[in-house]
Amino acid sequence: MARLNTAQLFRGVGRYGVLLALLALLLFGWLRYENFLGSFNILTVLRYNSMFALVALGMCFVIITGGIDLSVGSTAALGSVVAALLSPYGLLPGLLGGLAAGLAVGLINAFVIIRLNVLPFIATLATMLAASGCALLLADNQSVSVSYDTAFIEIGQGDFLGFPIPAWIALAAYLAGSLVLNFTAFGRTVLAVGGNEDATRLMGLPTTRVKAAVYILSGALAGLAGVILAAQFGAGQPIEGVGWELFAIASVVVGGTLLTGGVGSVGSTLAGVLLLGLIFNILNFENGLGWISLSAYWQSVIRGALLLLVVAIQARLVARTEESHA
Amino acid sequence: MADTATTLPPARSQPRLDPRGVLTRYGAWVALALLILFNLAFTPNFATWQTLNVNLTQVCSIVIVGVGMTLVIATGGIDLSVGSLMAIAGALAPLIFLGNLFPLPHPYVGIALAFVVPVLVAGAFGWFNGWLITRLRIQPIIATLVLFIAGRGIAQVMTNGNLQVFKVPEFQYIGLGRLFGLPFQAVLMVVIVLAAAWMLKRTVFGRQILAVGGNERAARLSGIPVVSVKRRVYMISGLLSGIAGLIVIARNSAADANLVGLGMELDAIAAVAVGGTLLTGGRATVIGTLVGALIIQLVRYTLLANGVPDAAALIAKAAIIVLAVWVQRQGRS
Repeated sequence: MARLNTAQLFRGVGRYGVLLALLALLLFGWLRYENFLGSFNILTVLRYNSMFALVALGMCFVIITGGIDLSVGSTAALGSVVAALLSPYGLLPGLLGGLAAGLAVGLINAFVIIRLNVLPFIATLATMLAASGCALLLADNQSVSVSYDTAFIEIGQGDFLGFPIPAWIALAAYLAGSLVLNFTAFGRTVLAVGGNEDATRLMGLPTTRVKAAVYILSGALAGLAGVILAAQFGAGQPIEGVGWELFAIASVVVGGTLLTGGVGSVGSTLAGVLLLGLIFNILNFENGLGWISLSAYWQSVIRGALLLLVVAIQARLVARTEESHA
Repeated sequence: MADTATTLPPARSQPRLDPRGVLTRYGAWVALALLILFNLAFTPNFATWQTLNVNLTQVCSIVIVGVGMTLVIATGGIDLSVGSLMAIAGALAPLIFLGNLFPLPHPYVGIALAFVVPVLVAGAFGWFNGWLITRLRIQPIIATLVLFIAGRGIAQVMTNGNLQVFKVPEFQYIGLGRLFGLPFQAVLMVVIVLAAAWMLKRTVFGRQILAVGGNERAARLSGIPVVSVKRRVYMISGLLSGIAGLIVIARNSAADANLVGLGMELDAIAAVAVGGTLLTGGRATVIGTLVGALIIQLVRYTLLANGVPDAAALIAKAAIIVLAVWVQRQGRS
């Protein structure tokens, strides 16, 4: 009995650990630095990290089905280029163009993985290269500046009710994502596919359609992130997005989603994104204090160490749960 | 339809005559031969010593890392940290031979240490990957993601992100020197490929690698030291990444922690996949990885030499990867 309780306790830590860590980090920053929780800092962090949040949301769904999507970074770059090229025609063409580019990459991923039966890792590795090539071709190997005559840049730089528009978009996407995963037949099938694909198919659930849908969703969200990227920095950037896929995977994993599929949480993924994003922010504040001087390069070391810590704890938890079940 | 065929054991008398089998078995070789023939016919100045050298130097670091990646993938794992380990080795070597890390009694001591220490450090990091995977039982993709992220940061912190420029011919022999008229790095590459291919085919360790990748449970139950095999494989991948890092900085006469080995993990995995190694483990070919890397490089060269932009070559590379893996799938089902 006592053992079961410890197992439950550990599972709780696994589930809410990232939230606790995020709160601890916020508390640390609030106590240590002036203006850390000021609206300017918080809104800047949210505005910048909304792109990564969108990419991580798509990745979260893909990983829950037991797959992986390495193409998100260059899909975002492609989306940013297409959006920038279409931005002179207005906000909507730019937005839809970027989304369509992302959708197209997602569709190709779904086709190659499901129809050609190629492992997700390799299929999305290939589309990553292809999307990057398309972005460079469309942009003629340079960044494409965005038109400032239309309302397009509002998607990245504007505010609505005093809150950054990209953060609104990300927030809406996460709310929708959470509802879909927890309360719709589609969402439950996503979890079931990741848990045991053969069993899910034998139960008569549409596994193929669900798997296709998560890659298309991931592509579309990456395209949307690209639109925000272009609007926020005033340019479509064909070489941006390098390494985004791995940071998205890291956020998802830090959020407690298992890479083997079947288990996952949308909310914890958001917490994972914010946790990794805040580390950079804290580093800046720490340097501002003048006690120590850590170069920006430390952020990747700290991110890596954090990832290691989280996966080590997770591995312990999984081992404990297995023990107590046995 | 095709599924029914898999239940029948393959007929022993005529496996060589099956065109699909031939295609999957020798597809990479056929593709390489076709590429060379195409270039001989259409690309001006293809059959020159210079073209050979250019293509070989482009492909060396990918193949050397790819050999380690082949062994890792053969055990059913993956190593994303190779590019970052290259950056660490590449950052460490100039620090040593320029005497910025510790005073050197003699310049040659520094150069000797610059060959040995960075490679060993990269090997130690590789061993750490293996430790994470076997001891903490973290999935390879996540365990090596840790050093993918942190490793480049370590290299950047070591050099403060600065470019280290140097001119040390004795050290740079590994990237610029020539042996029998061929680039030394190409000779090194061939030696590494042959040694690894021999090891995989002829030694106990090589068979253990394949057994672990084929069925880990069965391998453990039959007494194979799975943990030690895996750790050694990741260590080898680290050591080879270290060597590749030294080659890259020697070739460039400069070490840039931000750029050395960037994207190498994907190039190496692509070469392994095109070469015909099974990505789920259990079947691997080191020579195939060499051929795979050569195919990817030659396609890029062919397109560039015929006036196609580099960006389009990326799309072609993507198509080759998908095509190669798809063809291999067809052969098995």
